[in-house]
Formats: sequence, C-alpha cells, structure tokens
Amino acid sequence: MQIKETAIAGTLESSDIMITLEPGSDGIEIDLQSAVEKQFGREIRALIRETLTGLGIAAARVTAIDKGALDCAIRARVKTAACRAAGETVFPWGAVKK
Amino acid sequence: MSEFNYDTIPYIGEIGALHGKFDPAGAVKDHKNLAERQKLNNKIVESLEKAIELSGLKNGMTISFHHHFRDGDYIVNLTLDKLAEMGFRDLIVAASSLSDCHAPMIKHIKSGLVQRIETSGLRGELAEAVSRGLMDAPVTFRSHGGRAYAIETRELHIDVAFLGAPSCDPYGNANGYIRGVDQGIMCGSLGYAKTDAQYADKTIVITNHIVPYPNIPFGIPESDVNYVVVVDEIGDPEGIMKGATRFTKSPMELLMATTCADVIEATGRFTEGFSMQMGSGGASLAVVRFLRERMIRQKISASFALGGITGQIVEMHEEGLIKKILDVQSFDLTAAQSLKNNRFHSQISASYYASPSNKGTAVNQLDIVVLSALEVDINYNVNVLTGADGVIRGAIGGHPDTAQGASVSIIILPLTRSRIPCVVDRVNTVVTPGETVDVIVTNHGVTVNPRRPLLAEKIRKYGIPLCSIEDLRDKARKIVGDPDPVEYTDKIVGIVAYRDNTVIDVIRQVKE
Amino acid sequence: MKLRRTMLYVPGNNPGMIKDAGVYPADCIMFDLEDSVSLAEKDAARFLVHEALCTIDYPGKELLVRINALDTEMGREDLEAIVRTGRATIRLPKTESAQDILDCEKEIARIEKDAGLVPGSTGMMAAVESAKGVLNAKEIACASTRLIGIAIGAEDYVTDLKTNRSPEGIELLFGRSMVLLAARSAGIDAIDTVYSDIDNEEGLRKETTLIKQLGFDGKSIINPRQIQPIHEIYTPTEKEISKSLLIIEAIEEAKKRGSGVIALNGKMIDKPVALRAQRVLDLASAAGLLKRREEA
Repeated sequence: MQIKETAIAGTLESSDIMITLEPGSDGIEIDLQSAVEKQFGREIRALIRETLTGLGIAAARVTAIDKGALDCAIRARVKTAACRAAGETVFPWGAVKK
Repeated sequence: MSEFNYDTIPYIGEIGALHGKFDPAGAVKDHKNLAERQKLNNKIVESLEKAIELSGLKNGMTISFHHHFRDGDYIVNLTLDKLAEMGFRDLIVAASSLSDCHAPMIKHIKSGLVQRIETSGLRGELAEAVSRGLMDAPVTFRSHGGRAYAIETRELHIDVAFLGAPSCDPYGNANGYIRGVDQGIMCGSLGYAKTDAQYADKTIVITNHIVPYPNIPFGIPESDVNYVVVVDEIGDPEGIMKGATRFTKSPMELLMATTCADVIEATGRFTEGFSMQMGSGGASLAVVRFLRERMIRQKISASFALGGITGQIVEMHEEGLIKKILDVQSFDLTAAQSLKNNRFHSQISASYYASPSNKGTAVNQLDIVVLSALEVDINYNVNVLTGADGVIRGAIGGHPDTAQGASVSIIILPLTRSRIPCVVDRVNTVVTPGETVDVIVTNHGVTVNPRRPLLAEKIRKYGIPLCSIEDLRDKARKIVGDPDPVEYTDKIVGIVAYRDNTVIDVIRQVKE
Repeated sequence: MKLRRTMLYVPGNNPGMIKDAGVYPADCIMFDLEDSVSLAEKDAARFLVHEALCTIDYPGKELLVRINALDTEMGREDLEAIVRTGRATIRLPKTESAQDILDCEKEIARIEKDAGLVPGSTGMMAAVESAKGVLNAKEIACASTRLIGIAIGAEDYVTDLKTNRSPEGIELLFGRSMVLLAARSAGIDAIDTVYSDIDNEEGLRKETTLIKQLGFDGKSIINPRQIQPIHEIYTPTEKEISKSLLIIEAIEEAKKRGSGVIALNGKMIDKPVALRAQRVLDLASAAGLLKRREEA
C-alpha cells in the first residue's frame, strides 16, 4: 500500500484517536498528542509504526491526536486512514496476517 | 455594697478569674437604641484594607479561607490582591480547599506574597504549577476532619480568617443564604467556615448583603466575628451553585449504581434507622435514587444523611425517608434552600462533621458511606488527589474521615477511564489507607477487603458474585495494557496528612 | 439453552461503546455496521469492529455483527472482515427471500475456507423488514442450518405497510406472528424489534410483556438501560420456579424408577409441561435465582 494523498480517520471523542496520514519521503514520522502520553506514548508510537509497516507502508507523515484509545482502535484508525490515503476500497483481508 | 479590702479576701491569690476590685468606670453603658447602634457602632469597617490593618496581620502569618463558593469564589483572589497591594510577604494560606478559579494565586506565589499553602485539594492551573515545582515549601493536604483537628488544637494557628458570606448583620452574624430572599448568592451551609471563625485570632466576614440584626439562624455567630466588610460581589453564582444536581443517564454509572445499591442491601445495614453519606458524583447520586426505591418498597427510613448534601437527599428528607440532615456543605441550590426551610436540615461545622479529636464526631455514627476515587490499589489504598500522570487534580475532602468512621465504606469507580487503569498495583498517592476501605464496586466486578471476611460472606450469600482485587487489576491491565510508570524528581511538592495528621504519603514533582 | 432475551446494538464506529459493551448484562452484543454508521464511515466501522473482535474479551456474551446488505460492495467487505475473526454470528439485514440467505451462506463458506476456519462454524441470523420478507419468513427461517434466529425489524416494515408504529403495536401483530411461527417451524429463535423511546420504561415493559406472551425469545435493544426491565419481565416468578422444580424432580424420580408414566400430585406430566418447566428453570438460572435458592 502506498500513501498517495492526505487522509484522516477517527474522531476526537474519548477512547478514540484521530489519525492524519500524509505522503512522506523520509520513513515514518509520527507527531503524537496524547491524553495518556506519559503512560502510553511510547507504546502508541510503536503500534502506529508497526501497523503501517504491516501494510507495506515505508514512508508517511502521521499526525495523531489520541484521546485514550485502546490498541484495537488505534490499529483500526491507522488502517482506515491508510486505505483512504492509498485510495483503496477493497482491503486485502486474506493477505494480512496478524 | 459592703466595705471590703480586695487583698484581704481569704484565698484571693488562689481563686482564679478575678481581676481586682470593681471600678464603676469599667461599666460604661451605651444608651443608644438598636437602630442607632446598628448604624453607628457596629463591626462594619469601610474597606477590606482597613479591616486588614485593624486585624494586626503581619508578614509570615497564617490566613484562612473557606471553599463554600467552590469554583465561583472571589474572596481568595480579592483578598490576596489587596494583601499584595499592601505589601505583605511570606503569608501562609490555609484554605479549606482551592479550585480552578484560584489560578491567579500563582503570581502571588511567584512574588513572595504566599509562602506556603494548606488545603484539602488543588485543581486546575494552580495544581499543575505546584506539581511542576512552583513552590519551595510543599503544600500540606489535610482531610476536612484532619484540618479541623489541627485548627482546634491550634497546631494550625489561624491569625486572620477571611470568610465570604451571602448575608451578614452589622454585628457579624453570617449565613450562607438570605432569609426571605431567594435571589442573589446562596451557598447553603458554612460548615467549614464555622470552625475557622471560632478558632482564628481575628475573623473578617466579607459580604455583599447586610441584613438587619439578628441574622438568625446563623452559620457564623457574631461572637466569633471581629470585622465585617461589604463588597459588591463575593462570587459568581454560576460557579458556586448548579441548580439541582442532574440525574445521570450514563448507562455505565447506572450499572455501577445498581450494583452498589445491591451491595448496600447485602451488608445487612440497610434496616430501619440506618445512616448514610453519599458523594455528589453521577454514580453516587444514582445510588441514592436506587436506595430510595428500595426504601419505599421495604418501608424503611434512614435516621440521618451526613456530609455534602444534594437535592436528592433533600427530596428524600421531605418525603420522610431520611429523618434528619447534617449538612457541612450544600452541593446544589435545592440543598441550600432546604437548609433554609427545613427544620431538621441542620448546619454543622467541619469539626462536628469529621474531626478525630473533639468530644464526638458525626462520621463515627455512619453505617454506610459511598465514595468515589481516582484509583485504588491491590492493598485497597485509595487515591483521590493525583492523576495517573502524577499531577495534582483533586481533593481529599472527607474521604479518609468517612472511610474510617463508617461501619461500611464503599468505593465506587470504573475499572478504566479511557485508557487509564483505575485498579493498580500501587496508587500514585495514598490518601485513604486500605485498612479503612471495605468494598470496591466497579463496572467489572465487586471486591471486598480480605480484612472483612464476615462482610464478604454476607454479600456473597446475598447473591452478588465477588472477585479479588487482583482479578480486577488483571482485567484492567488486559483492557488497557501496561502503562509506563510516571517519572518524578526528588523534590517533594506535597505532603499528604492522614486525619490524625500523621504523614501518610508525599507527592513529588513530575518530571517533564 | 442459550438465552437471547436482549441483543444490545453497539454502533460500529464508536470505540468508547465498543470498549464498554461487555460490562452490561445483555445476553448478546450486536455490533452494527449498517444503519448506525454513516456512508462515509463504513470502512472505519468495519476496521474497528474487526479489530475489536480480534482483541477484546466479551466473556459470556454471544456476539453478532449486523452487516450491510450483500448487494453492495460494503456488504461483501463486511463479511470478509467479520467472518475471518471466527467470533461473531452474521446478522443479515433486510432479508427478502431464502435466496438472500443462500447467497450470504455461499460467501461465508468461501471465506471460512480461505481463512482456514471450520466449515459451517459461522452462525447466521436473518432480519425481515418488509412485507415481502415477512411473507417469506418461513422459507427464510428454513434456508440454512447456520441460522440461529430470525428477527423482525419494525421501522422499515411498518413503512412498507404504509402505516406507523402505535403504542399497542396492532400493526405489527401479523408480522410478529409470522416471524414467530417461521422461527418455531425451523427450530430457531425469534427476536423482536427495538423499542426506540429509551426514556419510556413503562412503554418498553408493556411491549416486552406482549412479545413474551406471543412467544418471542427476546428483543433487540439500543440502550443498556433497557436490559434490566426486559430481563425482569423474562424472569419467572417464585411460584413458577417452585412448580417447575417439582416437575423436573418428578421426571428424574420416574427415570430412576424406570417408569414411563410421570405424575405430580395425581396429575400427568406430559412432554409440553416438562419442556415449559425446563424453560422456566433456564430463565430462572440466567437471572441468578436458582443459585440463590440453593444457598439459602
């Protein structure tokens, strides 16, 4: 998957995270703002990176505003944003291994 | 009058409290009538500045404030601005509590006007700044009972108390409402101010509403007041009082409240004449409503409700379900109005409410208390003072006082708040020790302190499944993951005193 | 017996509600990808429910996902995302014919195979929401062994009938009866429609009493506050429980004696009586009443 245009997924409600993906040139850059930065900031960054890498995305600029989302919500929002940014409407469910 | 020589009266040297021979010059009488006196010689001084001068306040002394105006308080900021203008330094601010609206105190700390703080709680910008090391001296956090204890033993010596009051007569009888007038500022009980007025060397009442003498029933009696100052505004009604506290529609709070009502019924204390205290949070209020339904169904009534009082408690009082109300703090307008109108809704002082050192305290008469918390740990310790990020954001209030006093103390809290686990290995700050916490109700299960095996047995027999506190901790961890520990510097920014005023914990400066 | 007194709808694009859904005492959780999700967020909800099913524990709950209709690309993507988790029953909306069920089943079977899941392990549930669907209810209910139940969705159905919902529900009587009979003839559960006025507890109680009397197994619900009243109505009385316990005891007793004739207080216990008694006890045990009796 490749980031072709800017895309957003998620909301600013409690337990959600808003992910903005933009095309990047220099690997994956993450700008995170989190209500739980001290406790989970490190983990959230790692998870965003891992999810993007899992989709085969090597370069992207990520802006994340986190309102205490759980891992599953973070993964879902990153995948949604990635598909939107790549312009894909059909996801390769079978190809992605957990 | 017989002739006598004062010095030759037998034992005169040993009998105390006699001050020499009577001198008619010491019995001067004022012949003015009441109307003239109220106008001419009363305690009203023309300005706050004048009252401060008359009080004899000096640098380094201790001044006190009450928190009955909550987030609508103008008194603290107004007084500190005046003291700054007058050039004071190194004062100790001993407030019953401080909130968001007191952020302007930051500049007075930086300027050296305020050298140290004593309070039950801190919130907002001031709390953030203190957590980040604003002050040299740590803030002393005391419970409502512990503060009253320190004041009445004079270990916490108040030099001058600045007490805002919605009504006051020219001689200082002050109250939290205005009899006969429903408009204007109203805060209901002046419970915390009562203790300050009684023990302060000098008491200044600040009001926006002078009423004719005598302003009875009073929260603060004239015998405890030195000066009265009239100002245009003492607070913002919006911040002082919400109308009636709204009933929650949150399914999660309702779920916890149902479980909590079940637990209360299961304790065996839910019988005719029981006593209770409930918080003002959404879940606690819902517990009150569910108890009400059960009390009607089972035809039982409570002897009294204690503490911070809400409209829900008042409603039950007026329905005859709660015989009496002991009110140290009125949480909403309905409660304040009830204090004014209902004979058995009584205003009590902080000492009467919760002091562990007086001749008798109301918390010791409690059957059940329901309390909220920021977090609890596997030793049943409770934190209501610092957030998961280590920053101060709460108030001790009467938490440790009622937890120890009540026969059964119940903590009600969600297992997680967004991604923050609320049941943990060790709370950031211990405020109420696990020794005094009996039941913890969460949305994922109920646990009873192993120190109370008989209570656990009763609750289990009633049909409420129990789990261990470790189960709850593990569940929380499974949902949100393992948080990184908060990092602190070595600097101590807060001291947490237990109700007997021993130090139960310290709060350190958070690392950026 | 699996109880399906309450099926709690959880909007598929709401992380907070998805996180908390498991703590309420509803029998089933039904994540919704259809009507509660706007067209622009269909993809987001699909990913979110997929990830939630992969990671969040919902102990003791039966999980369902309401997908979008299969004649859209969304519906097929929904199936891909949900079936692969191996955790949820698929609720198909707006079912009109047995063919709809067969089409969906074919897709499910293909995904099960592709994902290495046990063939036939994914359950299905049909919802009829139109005149055509109601008239075809019998064929729909019998169309697949994967079906666990059939539901009626009232909002679309009454619109199709050119009427609206009344407090008494007279306009739904035929549809409900059709769905119920279809369910019973196929040996699956019958689930009633939602009651949307969440602040009207009395109305909810009235409707629940009605559909319980008709024979429904339970209702779909849209707010956790509706769980308690419904469960209360489905909870048998002390008298019903005592009687049922005696009946079951008499059956056990007769079995021990090897006797084919079972009697209680001089009255014959036939099969329907025994079945009703067992259902009462199942409901009582779900409400936690049996355990409490044993301990008392």
